[in-house]
Amino acid sequence: MTARRPIRWHIAVFLAPAVLVYTAIMIVPLIGTLNLSLYRATETGPQFVGLGNFRTLFGDALWSDAFWNALGNNVWFFIIHMLVQNPIGILLAALLSSPRLRLAAFYRTAIFVPTVLSFVIVGFVWKLILSPLWGIAPSMLGAVGLKGLFAPWLGQEGSALTALALVSVWQFVGIPMMLIYAALLSIPDEVMEAAEMDGITGWSRFWKVQLPLILPSIGIISILTFVGNFNAFDLIYVAQGALAGPDFATDILGTFLYRTFFGFQLQIGDPNMGAAIATAMFLIILAGVCVYLFGIQTRLRRYQF
Amino acid sequence: MRARSQPGRSIAAHAILIAYTLIALFPVWVIVINSFKSRRAIFAQPLAIPTPETWDLVGYTTVLENGDFFGYFLNSLTVTVASLFFVLLFGAMAAFALSEYRFRGNMLVGLYLALGIMIPIRLGTVAILQMMVAAGLVNTLTALILVYTAQGLPLAVFILSEFMRNVSDDLKNAGRMDGLSEYAIFFRLVLPLVRPAMATVAVFTMIPIWNDLWFPLILAPSEDTKTITLGSQVFIGQFVTNWNAVLAALSLAIVPVLILYLIFSRQLIRGITAGAVK
Repeated sequence: MTARRPIRWHIAVFLAPAVLVYTAIMIVPLIGTLNLSLYRATETGPQFVGLGNFRTLFGDALWSDAFWNALGNNVWFFIIHMLVQNPIGILLAALLSSPRLRLAAFYRTAIFVPTVLSFVIVGFVWKLILSPLWGIAPSMLGAVGLKGLFAPWLGQEGSALTALALVSVWQFVGIPMMLIYAALLSIPDEVMEAAEMDGITGWSRFWKVQLPLILPSIGIISILTFVGNFNAFDLIYVAQGALAGPDFATDILGTFLYRTFFGFQLQIGDPNMGAAIATAMFLIILAGVCVYLFGIQTRLRRYQF
Repeated sequence: MRARSQPGRSIAAHAILIAYTLIALFPVWVIVINSFKSRRAIFAQPLAIPTPETWDLVGYTTVLENGDFFGYFLNSLTVTVASLFFVLLFGAMAAFALSEYRFRGNMLVGLYLALGIMIPIRLGTVAILQMMVAAGLVNTLTALILVYTAQGLPLAVFILSEFMRNVSDDLKNAGRMDGLSEYAIFFRLVLPLVRPAMATVAVFTMIPIWNDLWFPLILAPSEDTKTITLGSQVFIGQFVTNWNAVLAALSLAIVPVLILYLIFSRQLIRGITAGAVK
């Protein structure tokens, strides 16, 4: 080792490709989009309008109604995931991790299958199954004597969004299941044995010993769900089209952005307003990530074994 | 010593897991069995498995005649494999630099790259499209490969650098003593050792790329560059009333993914639970 270190070019060589591609394709366009939201296309070229596009987005009833509708739907979409997907994922993981469970590998593999399928497949499969034309859903409900409960859920304004959110839950329940499963496996046997010595078994062991230890993982799946949901688009687009029918009842921010950017039917696409919506989504996701990083993650006790 | 497992609890656990397994697999099963049946049988007995009387491949022939599914499949394969190659190569190189060397700005570069894990690349779509138009890359697979490489890098760097920290320093220093260059140490010593981690990253990167609809729809919707995901979406949209064709198209889209998944599932699960054995 010489006292004066030479410039270590190899570090730059190792870092350069990743940093360049990432910067050029991800960071620059992201900043470009934020920037674009401050301009408006005119006949003489783009003109700087400051927050004008946002004033239109939030002030003009035509835009703001659509925006709040999409945001409200998106929040409901997220709530369903938090209330249904994550608890089911935790329950399945807890069952899978119980010692000496036979067939655990089979269950794990099977339950994760929907997660690897594309939105296109998932969207159409459920559209067919829930279709009143085909009649799989009504005849299955009929088999358990509940035929009267069937309704064309995807076609009704009141139930379409919830139905799609549940389809999305069906698709993604494997992710919380796997992450929690991994967290449960990482709890050392000694801890579990100590609990057993103290007579804590079964569900109370889960509530009192395991659950507190996996809280950081629950935090991670919550923020992953949040980012995924507020960025969702594909499932709604496949199942209900860009118009997110019936009557925009399933419109979320992703489909709203797509329609605004590319236009639909008679309205022509508007990149600047699209950029404004993307910026709003960016701020919402950023806010969620910050709440998680500074408000939740730092408060969760991490246990080192 | 664990307490004796109570049979009652174990039965309940199996009952719940079996019930959920059925919920997870049933929709896929229904689609695949019905794709082999005649139109009449699809509606008359949707839950029955195909019998010689109801067996009908008309859906598959319609699909193969009307959609260039083989071409779509090749496009998807090209995009996925090329993106995967760049994500793994560039990601591993960056991860090595971040985990191996101490230099000014190390932390900062790490954080900068990690930003992309939380902020989805889709939000930059408007500017990405403008950039691709300016570069003349619209309706090329190159555009998709570039976007997916950028999309996959943050997580790849993050996971791989965690693993590379565990590669023994003695080994690398022994290599340096023998006069190996830093590049040789990376390619000949470190890369082979993190192969399991690379496989995990590969699976994680592959699934969203293969399944993505947003970027193919926006950047490469032409007939020649359609991926299988976009291709089946468009095809099904056109043939929406032809149930045989729709079911066959869905089955054709499901089967390759399912086979790949079954091959890699062990790797995927080992990757997810890797933190558990540390």
